Amino acid sequence: MKQTSLGTPDVLVIGGGNAALCAALTAREAGASVLLLEAAPREWRGGNSSHTRNLRCMHDAPQDVLTDAYPEEEFWQDLKKVTGGRTNERLARLAIRESSRCRDWMRKHGVHFQPSLSGTLHLSRTNAFFMGGGKALVNAYYRSAEALGVRIRYEAPVDRLEVVDGEFRAAWIGQERIAARSCVLASGGFESNREWLREAWGQNADGEWPADNFAIRGTRFNRGVLLKAMMEAGADTIGDPSQSHCVAVDARAPLYDGGICTRIDCVSLGIVVNKHAQRFYDEGEDFWPKRYAIWGRLVAQQAGQVGYSVIDAKAIGRFMPPVFPGAKADTLEGLAHQLGLDALAFVRTVREYNAACRVGTFDHTVLDDCHTDGVTPAKTHWALPLDTPPYYGYALKPGITFTYLGLKVDERAAAYFADEPSGNLFVAGEMMAGNVLGQGYTAGVGMTIGTVFGRIAGTSAAAAAKNEGVEHAAA
Amino acid sequence: MQQLETLLREASDLAEGIVVPSSAEIEVERVMKICNACRYCEGFCAVFPAMTRRLEFNQADVHYLANLCHNCGACLHACQYAPPHEFAVNIPQAMAKVRGQTYSDFAWPSALGTLYRNNGLTVALALAVGLALFLAMALAKNGTLFHAPLAGDFYAIFPHNLLVSMFGPVFLFVAVALGLGVAKFWRGISAGEPSAVAIAETAQDVLKLKYLDGGHGQGCPNEDDANTLARRRFHHLTFYGFMLCFAATGVATIYHYAFGWEAPYALTSLPVLLGTLGGIGLLIGPTGLLWLNVRRNAQHGDAAQKPMDRGFIALLLLTSATGLALLAGRDTSAMALLLAVHLGAVMALFLTMPYGKFAHGIYRTAALLKWAIEKRMPNPVGVGSE
Repeated sequence: MKQTSLGTPDVLVIGGGNAALCAALTAREAGASVLLLEAAPREWRGGNSSHTRNLRCMHDAPQDVLTDAYPEEEFWQDLKKVTGGRTNERLARLAIRESSRCRDWMRKHGVHFQPSLSGTLHLSRTNAFFMGGGKALVNAYYRSAEALGVRIRYEAPVDRLEVVDGEFRAAWIGQERIAARSCVLASGGFESNREWLREAWGQNADGEWPADNFAIRGTRFNRGVLLKAMMEAGADTIGDPSQSHCVAVDARAPLYDGGICTRIDCVSLGIVVNKHAQRFYDEGEDFWPKRYAIWGRLVAQQAGQVGYSVIDAKAIGRFMPPVFPGAKADTLEGLAHQLGLDALAFVRTVREYNAACRVGTFDHTVLDDCHTDGVTPAKTHWALPLDTPPYYGYALKPGITFTYLGLKVDERAAAYFADEPSGNLFVAGEMMAGNVLGQGYTAGVGMTIGTVFGRIAGTSAAAAAKNEGVEHAAA
Repeated sequence: MQQLETLLREASDLAEGIVVPSSAEIEVERVMKICNACRYCEGFCAVFPAMTRRLEFNQADVHYLANLCHNCGACLHACQYAPPHEFAVNIPQAMAKVRGQTYSDFAWPSALGTLYRNNGLTVALALAVGLALFLAMALAKNGTLFHAPLAGDFYAIFPHNLLVSMFGPVFLFVAVALGLGVAKFWRGISAGEPSAVAIAETAQDVLKLKYLDGGHGQGCPNEDDANTLARRRFHHLTFYGFMLCFAATGVATIYHYAFGWEAPYALTSLPVLLGTLGGIGLLIGPTGLLWLNVRRNAQHGDAAQKPMDRGFIALLLLTSATGLALLAGRDTSAMALLLAVHLGAVMALFLTMPYGKFAHGIYRTAALLKWAIEKRMPNPVGVGSE
């Protein structure tokens, strides 16, 4: 057995993304000695935070990069709506209020903000964008952590925890035991654990295991090892164990780390068919930013977990350019051929849809009056016939962003065992986001939860380590 | 065999007037399409906002964007798709490779564009020629490089008219060659008519090196992801040092022709003060840039262009060092030697200007001007508004 060198740290932070870094920095600022264990090698550090781009922030008046105001109540109502009420109001309001106070601290540690990016005007009021995105933020935090004397170890995947009566004793990496006075767990969900994902999504009526065809939009290191370890140790959980945030991405997306650019944003401008060339959902139900997160699940429910977003030349330039070129043909038959769809069935679907289009005044910026009449499913807005070649098609598959299952915490970010808070084990980030976000999502709220509860967990862990130090001295 | 086929195809494409993009240009097109679907880096510089005005990236767009890139490196470290990601996005490197290609492709006369390829050799040869020329001339005229002190009278060694007749045409050639090259580049990227506001903004962007500030004012990465203003500051010292030396020569020319005041000038005279100040800037600036260049992250830019970067830096250093040495030793018997060496270095610097790193300032200024024009026009791609 190998004991970690340089003595026992006050605070052990397990994880290497935004929440872990916020916890490490805060604990260090509170005077604790901190060791941070990142499972990934340095070049892949930062977990899903490297793919993020903004922080949802409450503010009562315009601030540097944020327009207008986004008061607590509005933020709370938004959160209540997207989660369908699966949220803890006390913790949610804590996250919301703290989101208005954390940006100066973030700046102090090297994070820069910028106004909302092009194509994201709808977020200019509510979300503060990180200049350069989440990886720039992660880099800044690591630099700051190193400068403050936080010890950082890469390629340090903790595989089990030593927890006695709800108290953290040590973490284990293989045969190495790493003891600490207190611990912050911030090592993400289980979305990159293929077996677990398969189990969570189950088998469909056709005998398929849908999760086998999913892309993971983020890191390959979120394998849920410590989530499972905590569950086995009897920790209380929260959030839907079978659910994940699921987006329709380009079917050519890489298996991991496809991030934002694999999103296909032209769904509302055309139609989407399944592999039998049949439409299956209202493509124009609502604005795309409000609907993109349901399309992953919709595609996951189709045979082969595949869909095809089809547009015509009229749509070009109206949506974020996709990362891979689409199939392109001058005829519908040609497009069907390229996409591997039955041409007869595909042309029939498009003709039926085209004939059903009741074109009024097309306006993609409002819920316009272009709709269909007489096809099922209906397309309720932006329904224009596909009649202007060339036609474009993009194959879609489900892309998992994160999982909802988490560990129950309180305002101090303490983990719970049989309804009792742990004295020295705290949780932050995706691992406890389910307390606030039991289901659904709204842009930037993951970073809000990670930042706020990361800082709370860091403060709590530093205080717990100090208390334990006092107790030890007294004993 | 495959190489032969590629060559044959390229030859036939050329004959038919089809523009065959280079592998460097294809790479920029590839990575720009990935960036255009991400856009996280929009705040760093002008490249990404310019990118969002396009859905396709033709050769002219690629040339424009490559020269708009300042190789600051910020986007590489911030990139979620940078190596080892399978998308292997490295904008600074992709852009640098095309930039190097544009200098060579747009060089005038085009045959001399190849001088960019072995730029270390180009610089060395130019220096050898410059030194040999002036040393030989000094020897031929005086029989020896050492002489009784001449109280700084350069013209006793090289008469004023002789120097004018040598440097005048070279200077003119440099101006014409760079002018024709950048004019061709400008036509290629079809930039449009610049307004006074666009020109003024470009001048500011160039003189302040706006796009080395990282977008947030704290500078850009060098050896790792930490930001530093060092590159911007050393570049300023180099640029303004160069301009001060240029001003010294300009003032001296006016003194000579307008007022009939002939060199040598007193240490407190305007030409000597400007030259000394400029020389010091041109000593510290390039030294700093060389230090940064050596320590630069290996993933930034195009490693094949390091000899060009360092060759230019070396010539600048040699010019300032020999100039200051000449000033220090102008009353000694070594003045002729110091003068010949200084003039040789200056000659080499000027001769290689249209075929070396100096060109980056000219092409980048043109790209910045296009950006200043373009950003004032409505965005042809409507994505941002919907």
